[in-house]
Order: sequence, then structure tokens, then C-alpha cells
Amino acid sequence: MNFRGKNGSAPATPVAGPSVAPGGRLLDVEDLHVEFRTRDGVAKVLNGVSYHLDAGETLAVLGESGSGKSVTAQTVMGILDVPPGAITGGQIRFKGQDMLTMTEEQRRLIRGDGIAMVFQDALSALNPVFTVGFQIAEQFRVRRGMSRKDSTARAIELLDQVKIPNPARRVKEYPHQFSGGMRQRVMIAMSLALDPEVLIADEPTTALDVTVQAQIMDLLKEIQRERQMGMILITHDLGVVADVADRIAVMYAGRIVEQAEVHDLYANPCHPYTIALLESIPRVDLKGQKLVSISGLPPNLINTPGGCAFHPRCRMARDECLTRTPPLLELAPGRLSACLFAEKLHHSEEVVSGG
Amino acid sequence: MGRYVLRRLLQMIPVFLGTTFLIYYLVNAVPGDPLAGKCGERPCPPAFIAKYRAEYNLDDNVFVQYVKYLGNLLHGDFGQTLSGRPITDIITTAYPTTLKLATVAIAIEILVGITAGVLTGLGRGGFIDNLVLVSTLLLIALPVFVVGFLLQFFVNIKLGIGSPTVSSGAPISELLIPGFVLASASLAYATRITRTSTVGNKGADYVRTATAKGLPRRRVVGIHLLRNSLIPVVTFIGTDFGGLMGGAIVTEGIFNINGIGREVYRAIVTKEVVTVVGLVVVLVLVYLLANLVVDVLYAALDPRIRYE
Repeated sequence: MNFRGKNGSAPATPVAGPSVAPGGRLLDVEDLHVEFRTRDGVAKVLNGVSYHLDAGETLAVLGESGSGKSVTAQTVMGILDVPPGAITGGQIRFKGQDMLTMTEEQRRLIRGDGIAMVFQDALSALNPVFTVGFQIAEQFRVRRGMSRKDSTARAIELLDQVKIPNPARRVKEYPHQFSGGMRQRVMIAMSLALDPEVLIADEPTTALDVTVQAQIMDLLKEIQRERQMGMILITHDLGVVADVADRIAVMYAGRIVEQAEVHDLYANPCHPYTIALLESIPRVDLKGQKLVSISGLPPNLINTPGGCAFHPRCRMARDECLTRTPPLLELAPGRLSACLFAEKLHHSEEVVSGG
Repeated sequence: MGRYVLRRLLQMIPVFLGTTFLIYYLVNAVPGDPLAGKCGERPCPPAFIAKYRAEYNLDDNVFVQYVKYLGNLLHGDFGQTLSGRPITDIITTAYPTTLKLATVAIAIEILVGITAGVLTGLGRGGFIDNLVLVSTLLLIALPVFVVGFLLQFFVNIKLGIGSPTVSSGAPISELLIPGFVLASASLAYATRITRTSTVGNKGADYVRTATAKGLPRRRVVGIHLLRNSLIPVVTFIGTDFGGLMGGAIVTEGIFNINGIGREVYRAIVTKEVVTVVGLVVVLVLVYLLANLVVDVLYAALDPRIRYE
């Protein structure tokens, strides 16, 4: 339970990866605990989340609704609603500095500039009563002290970078005048304004048409490569992740249950939950058959089952899973799994293909 | 936008005709004789009555009377009182005073109402929030004349601040207390509307986005949150302006202000049909214009609303 992710995480220089920039450590989330104090009781939303992000890499955080992936991001960003939320333990270090012990003003200055965020639903995340130009340009005016004219010019440049046609005209338009995909591009442009080192994209394509989803993903990937940013991509869509991410962290009930390089995870998932997730991807070659789903519901976080939180839904569950909480173990460099049978899964690949 | 305003102006014509006719008809229907008591202790001589009836077209039926009245109105002729004073004269002296009073009231409503609403909305559940909720409830529950007399007695007389009666020039300083009294109930509503919309919007995604952009909190609240929260309040306060003008009767009575309310009251009591209708016609116009201004303002505040 109190396992510290740092012990098991990869060394500062990644073994492999497309990153050309020096893979300096940007973000370190360590043993983060967050709970929501509601009228019905205390919901333990994060129970010791640890992950890290290096410059130039993309970490995908995967999980069902309620697994805590967005809450982790909000806590990192410092936009968690407190109360009802409360951070009860852990550290978030941005370039070595613990953000949780900073003053609010120091944290504010990191927002947008050091770490920026793209939200899921751009229609509600953009302010309906201001032009998109205003909303992008105000960051230059407030944070960089630029003039109205210069900041608008920069806003037009940004809209151009995210491939919005006719940016000089569209900069004067309001969010509701954009289509869903274009609006998400505006959201991305806005997050890039202050040239952040870390970009957190919280389900950036969930609210979009499938055809547009791919375009937005490509755009994010391209921008991440160009700017050599660290990107955290939060999603529940396994299909989206493969092309974009370098590493994947799978979350369940407020914990990281598996972490691996993208290809390792797909080739040899080492946690029953990950296996179940991969099996639930609809496959063309199995057309006509019933879609596979994970039986049961995500756990109630106010009353999380004892032992491994996944045991009520797990095919491999044994008696000891009800009592022992599996620690997040390092199976190989950069490969972590929190399952009592992780070693077994790691060495027997037929478990996956047999699914 | 231009077309929208034009259409709204045209829509005003039937509304104007309908309201003025109803007023004309109703004041006529009130039982009683406008000439009673006009000639001292004896009935008026037949010649006087005949002259009066001819002058005010009283032998025609009410529809014809109304049409004739309207015809005069179009020439800018509001008619005159029984004592021969032109009604335009009353309008030009009484309206500016009431306008001033209503403006003071609206200013108080905006300043106090919106400030209190935003503060309580941000600190929901706290001491100030509860204090404001209780005091606004009190203001809504108390009739205007109670608030008026209480403030007049305690503030004007006991504390000696301002003046219990407003002098003829109606300087702004003397109108502050009456303005507050006139605004009291609306002030309470404006506070509550602002509070509710602030509470509703402060958890909105765009507020979170503004925070995530690293904007200072005062900008997040003062620009992003406030601008959205003001939309319903502006609508309320704008339509209230017309209501305050007409609702000034009680306040003007308490503080002895020579405004439109007192003139209308006097004219109703003495059955001066033409005076009542004349004064109310202008009130209707003010009300319609205030509404139009609100609708135009609404589009300016919320770009999602387009009038095409």
C-alpha cells in the first residue's frame, strides 16, 4: 500500500524511445492520496498514485470512469475542488520542486506556463461570452504583459498552428460558432499559448465524432513532437493510445495497476484488468461475435473491497486476493504491475492470446 | 441587430395602443363624478357642466373618446387639467424628479445588489451569506411603506442623516434614503439572483479553464465568472426600471417627493381622467423602452443570442 513508485520507476534516461531531447524528468507524482468528503461518506479516489513524465515523452493514463485518472490530473494542475476534495498524502514534483508545499501564487505561475491542460468538452470549457481570440490572448496580456494588438497577433498564429483555416477572421468569433473539432483545436491552441513543458490532455477526443478524433490525436502528437513537450494523455480508449503514447499507465480504483512501454503492454499485459481491457476492444476479425466486456461494475470508492480492488471482477481471483493488497512490483525495467500473479502473467504469454 | 430593433419598435405600437386604451377605459369606468365638489358647496351650473362635457367629449362613447384623445396625443397635445393647467406641464415637472429617484434606486440596486450577490455566492454557507439571506428575506417580506417609515424615522429623524422630506429641487443627497426604500424589494431580489447565478457558474468548466490558464483569482472571478453571472441580473434590473418608475407612488408619498407617483395618485382621487391617462402613457413608453434596452443589452452580454 505504501509502496513508493520511485523505487520501481525507470532510471532518468529512458532505455529506448523516440525522444531525441534529453529526457529530463519533468513531473513526478508520488504516492498521491486524494479523498472526497461527501455526505455519504469519504470516497478514497486516489490511493497512492505514482507516475512520472520525462521531457519529450507521452504517457497515456488509461482507465474506466471513476478510476481517478482525471482527479490525478486535476490535482497536478491544482484545480481540484477543495472541498469536497482533500489531498491526504503524497508529493507532486515539477522539475524537482514539490508543488503541494508551494504557495498558491507559485502554483498559479506554473499553470499554463509549466503545465497546461486540454479539457474534454471544449464547448463547456471555453467561456461562452468571450471570443476565442480574447481567451487565448488574455494569457499573453496577463502573464506576459503584452499589448492587446501583439497578443491578438500571437493568438492568430496559434490558431494557424493548430490548423484552423482563416485564423484572422475566426479569432474574433465565439466558441459556439465553431464545430466540435475546431473548438477542440481552439482549446489546444489556448493550452499552448505560454509554451508549456507539460501538456495534460484530459480525454481530448471523447466529445468528438470518430472521424474528427483521429485528426485531433494526430494534431496533439505532431505538436508534442515539434515542441518536445511531455504529454499526459488521459483516455479510456485503448485504440487511441497505441499510435501516440510511449508509455501507458493503467489505473483502477485510484491506483496504478500496471505501467509499461506501449508495445510491451499490448504484447504481454501483466494485470488481469489490462487483459480484460484489451479483450474488450472490438476486433474486425471477430465480426459477428458478441462484444467482450468486463463483467461487473467499477468499485464503489466509499467502500472499496478489501485486498485487491479488482478481485470481484477478476477471472483469476483466488482467496488471498480478498485479503492481500498487491504491491506495485517491478517485473522488468519500466514494467510495473500490481497483481499477486504478475510474475506468472509476465512469463506466460498464452494467457493473452488465449483470451 | 438593426432589423431586430426596428421590429421591436413596431411591436410597441399595438402594445402601446392596448395599454393606453385599457387605462382610458378603466379610469372612465370608475364610478363618481369628476365635477363633484368642483364648484364649492353647490352643484355646478348647467353651463359649466355643458362646457366641460364638450371639452372632454364626454357625450361620445368611450371608444370615440379614446380615438379623439389619441388624435390629440399624436399632435403632442396631452390636454389639460380641470383647472386649466396643461398636462405636458405636469409631465415636464414631475417626470425628471421621478426619473432621478428611479435612477438613484437602480444605482443602489446595482452597486449593493450585485456586490452582495457575488460575495455571498462565492462564500456560500458562510456568515455573510447567511446574514445577507436573512436580511434580503426581511426586505422582501416587509411592505415598502414599512421600510420607508422605519428608515425615515431612524435614519432621517433620529440619526439626523439626510432629510425626512425631499425639497422641491430633489437633490441627489436627499434622494439616497428614498432611493433605497424604493429599491428595497428589488435590491433583495437582485442580490438573490446574482447569488444564485454566481453559485451556479462558479463550478462551471470555463471557470476551471480560466484557473488552469494561470490567471489570477480576481481575474477569474471578476472577468470570467462575473460576466456570465450578470446576464440574468441585467435582465431583471432593466425590466425593473419601468416598474420602479410606476412603483414610486408610496415612496414619493412618504418622503413628500413631487414626482409622477403623487401626481397620478392625486389625479385618480379627483377623477381627472385625462391627467391619469397622460401620465401613464409616458410611463408605458418608458417601460417599453427600458425593455428594449434590456433585450439589446442581453445580446451584447451573451453572444449566443442573436436576433435574426
